[in-house]
Amino acid sequence: MIGVLHVRLRRFLRRLLTRPRIDLPLAAGLFLLASIGLVTLYSAGDGSLPLVGGQAGRFVLGGVLLLVVSRIPPSVLRSWTPWLYAGSTALLVVVAILGEGRGSVRWLDLGVMRFQPSELLKLTMPMMVAWYLHSRQLPPGWKDIAVVGALIAIPAGLIAEQPDLGTAVLVAAAGAFALFLSGMAWWRIGLLIGAVAGMVPVGWHFLHQYQRDRVLTLLNPESDPLGNGWHIIQSQIAVGSGGIFGKGWQHSTQSRLDFLPEHTTDFIFAVFSEEFGLVGVCSLIALYAFIIGRCLWIAMEARDTYSRLLAGAIGMSFFVYVFVNGGMVAGMLPVVGVPLPMISYGGTSAVSLLTGFGVLMSIHAHRKTHL
Amino acid sequence: MKKRRSIKDPRGESLLFQRRALAGFVLIVLSLCLLVSRFVFLQVMHHDEFVTRSQANRVKPRAIPPARGLIYDRNGVLLADNVPAFRLEVVPEQVKDMPALLAALGKVVPLGQDDLDAFRKQLAQSRRFESVPLKMHLTEDEIDRFAVNRWRFPGVDVVPYLTRRYPFGELLAHVVGYVGRIDASDVERLDPKRYQGTSHVGRSGLERSYEDVLHGTPGYELLEVNADGRTQRVLETHPPIPGKNLYLSIDVRLQRAAENAFAGRPGAAVAIDPRNGQVLAMVSVPTFDPNLFVNGISQADYSGLTNDPDKPLYNRALRGVYPPGSTVKPFLALGGLEYGVRRPEDTVLSTGEFCLPGQKRCYRDDTRGGDGTVNMVRAIEKSTNTYFYKLALDLGIDRLSAWMSRFGFGSKTGIDLVGEAEGILPSREWKAQHSKFGWFPGETVIAGIGQGYWTVTPLQLGHAIATFAGHGVPYAPRLVMATAAVTDGQRRPLPNPPTGPSLIRKASEWDVVNEGMRAVIVSGTGRLARLNDGFPYLISGKSGTAERFSRTSEAYDTNKNTAYLATRHRAWFMGYTPSDDPQIAAAVVLEAGAWGGTDAGPIMRKIFDAWALAKGAKLGVSPPASAPPLEDGNPSPVEDVPAQASSTDGAIP
Repeated sequence: MIGVLHVRLRRFLRRLLTRPRIDLPLAAGLFLLASIGLVTLYSAGDGSLPLVGGQAGRFVLGGVLLLVVSRIPPSVLRSWTPWLYAGSTALLVVVAILGEGRGSVRWLDLGVMRFQPSELLKLTMPMMVAWYLHSRQLPPGWKDIAVVGALIAIPAGLIAEQPDLGTAVLVAAAGAFALFLSGMAWWRIGLLIGAVAGMVPVGWHFLHQYQRDRVLTLLNPESDPLGNGWHIIQSQIAVGSGGIFGKGWQHSTQSRLDFLPEHTTDFIFAVFSEEFGLVGVCSLIALYAFIIGRCLWIAMEARDTYSRLLAGAIGMSFFVYVFVNGGMVAGMLPVVGVPLPMISYGGTSAVSLLTGFGVLMSIHAHRKTHL
Repeated sequence: MKKRRSIKDPRGESLLFQRRALAGFVLIVLSLCLLVSRFVFLQVMHHDEFVTRSQANRVKPRAIPPARGLIYDRNGVLLADNVPAFRLEVVPEQVKDMPALLAALGKVVPLGQDDLDAFRKQLAQSRRFESVPLKMHLTEDEIDRFAVNRWRFPGVDVVPYLTRRYPFGELLAHVVGYVGRIDASDVERLDPKRYQGTSHVGRSGLERSYEDVLHGTPGYELLEVNADGRTQRVLETHPPIPGKNLYLSIDVRLQRAAENAFAGRPGAAVAIDPRNGQVLAMVSVPTFDPNLFVNGISQADYSGLTNDPDKPLYNRALRGVYPPGSTVKPFLALGGLEYGVRRPEDTVLSTGEFCLPGQKRCYRDDTRGGDGTVNMVRAIEKSTNTYFYKLALDLGIDRLSAWMSRFGFGSKTGIDLVGEAEGILPSREWKAQHSKFGWFPGETVIAGIGQGYWTVTPLQLGHAIATFAGHGVPYAPRLVMATAAVTDGQRRPLPNPPTGPSLIRKASEWDVVNEGMRAVIVSGTGRLARLNDGFPYLISGKSGTAERFSRTSEAYDTNKNTAYLATRHRAWFMGYTPSDDPQIAAAVVLEAGAWGGTDAGPIMRKIFDAWALAKGAKLGVSPPASAPPLEDGNPSPVEDVPAQASSTDGAIP
């Protein structure tokens, strides 16, 4: 028994290297993005090599996970989906219970490492929605929409309670995109958006005070000179002073003199904009658009509904990262903790993103042989 | 769109998906164009403006922490102060060889391992040009020695700051508490805006429970910095709002008297003004020096405190739970009157033993042969167990625990401190949750003398006797009477309305129980300790003695040595004065006291003495410091003996 497992494991590892199932254009795009990320981080982090090294280590870990996940066929992923979704949601509940009475708890301390269950939902949420819609009659009717709505609302609500509005938005968006891609009728979409817009004044009451403050300071940054208003003003100065061609690599004065807060994490885009200017911003956004487009292409080529919806939703939620982070840095959106994918320094975001792309690689490998 | 298809249509779904993916991609590209247009707006259209702002960006805000509110006692005696102190700070970028510097500096100003560890941790987190504190609270000697050698240490400086000082040290450690340096777990909990620039936060006692009031609101200053980010000058200052001062109801003189009366023996005492719930004194012995914690306690000091078998860090008044013993008897008597189960003149014959019908095991009286025929007043005076066994049975456990819970037993008193213990009030519900057995009648019997599962904290008993003394009007105990803003210095009293209506319906019922507790002092357990001798007012009270262990050997019955008994007993005394118009009530527990009346009673008397002195009364001949030694092997006949084995030890868990 152990012998058989051993042989299988060896075969799996060998194939991982000899026959990687990767899509070259997507892999090239991700590699380029990671390289830009490390170069920007070197500058934003005042030339700190441990910082860049740590981030590179995360990319390597994420790359390995990408390769491993790419070997798991979508049909297997599909059969695991309900368990993965239930498991990650249960972990959220555990965090909510452990966090009772403390201000903000998102972490589960495993002893060796701290781990954020909400990060898992970024992947298991679109998986679950795709799994549910896979066997349904498409386009979905109100009943299926209601079920999917509940599937999204429960974990997203738990994450928003932590409180981590940024991740909650990302998770909810991933599920909503799967629903959108399943062909939900436009008039239903319009009706739902209208209803949500109508709920905004009600939702305002459920926001934490600090979350309201963030929205209010966006409207009047000068009102909060020590907190978020300061972030918004300094970030816009950084972006605006970059101009068309930028101040050049390692010449960002805003971050160098410590005017810009969080300049290696959430506000790294401001450093990038200051150093590389509008040209850099357009190139970077074009690269993001290419990656998203490639994801949707892979989705269109996919063999079954589950794979299609999953691949499409992962690709489109990548867009949310870029838009929310870019909007925050440019002073269009309130300050929420959403990183710039593959560029912002830190934690589990890069690893979970690359794992998601592993799913895309697997879907690509199991595409329709002819269109 | 077509009508609903009855079976799944893979090709149709695939086409539908393609249309959606395209539509989605178009929307995404449009949104990204919107984002780019915002960057064009900032980077092209307003480029010049932002370049100017970036070049003129020489102004940085810096938070100014507010001064923490001060804490005074009821007469304005300062209990917690902010004092200027000096600390050693190092600017990392001005130091070429840090290990060598620390080694050389260590010879001039002694640096402990704790200082060095904290310094290294903070060094790793801060920027090169920001100074990092190395050693807090320098002594004058250290400052002098450093000043002479300063030229040898570029980048090292002595910097003034405000630190907390507790002038009374150990005396109020368990009440006022202490502040400590903000650590990693605090950072997650505290509002970063309010705590910018603040280094300390309330850790225990009132410093913790009134953190919001004491802290204040930070201000900020706008600093002009040069191209290297160093401060050139201050442009604008928005001063912080200092925290509010607290005025406690504690009287330091009473507190001191209570503390001294214990003479270091572990125990606790609480004195409360029954008319408003204000705590006049609250001590837990032994105690500790809170000043040690302010600038980071050394490992040696800390392990010394935690390893001390008497646990000085443990607030016994608030968290210590002990069986209440006979102190519950007056409350029970009142319950008997209240529920109409007893009239004051009803008598019970005490023969020395009380047996439940059909049970072999009997419950003992204090005195061999019993106290004879006793009515309610005499039963309280003599602490006659049989009277209360029967009363408890007649009330039944449900009415008993319902009545006692109205005096606050089994629940938090609601004092303005964090971490209060609830104790245990025996009831059917409590037992159902904690045992697989149902309620036994025998457990009702021993509840009548405060034994069995029953445990209380000294604060709870103080609260209960104060509630009684205040003619049944319950107030939550309060340590803070008033706050005052620094700007106007005006004291603003904190309201403390009664938590409910009076527990007593007829004044005559109160009078009966009061008469019983008067008799305790005049001719009962208090007589031996001469608790009312030389005191200008009448005192009422009740002693209690609870066993710490169950009786396992015959030694208990034969060995009447006081020192031996002290290791087995917990001595209680509670009381109030003046008996006709109570103005102070107190409860005292001595963890290792032989008898409630003679060991805990004098401590209560000393608190009352201090109170009377503070009122300006003249004291007569004071009672002896401790009771006269008992005749060997012959304890006082009126001293109450714990009647039945109690297996629950009220000691610190």
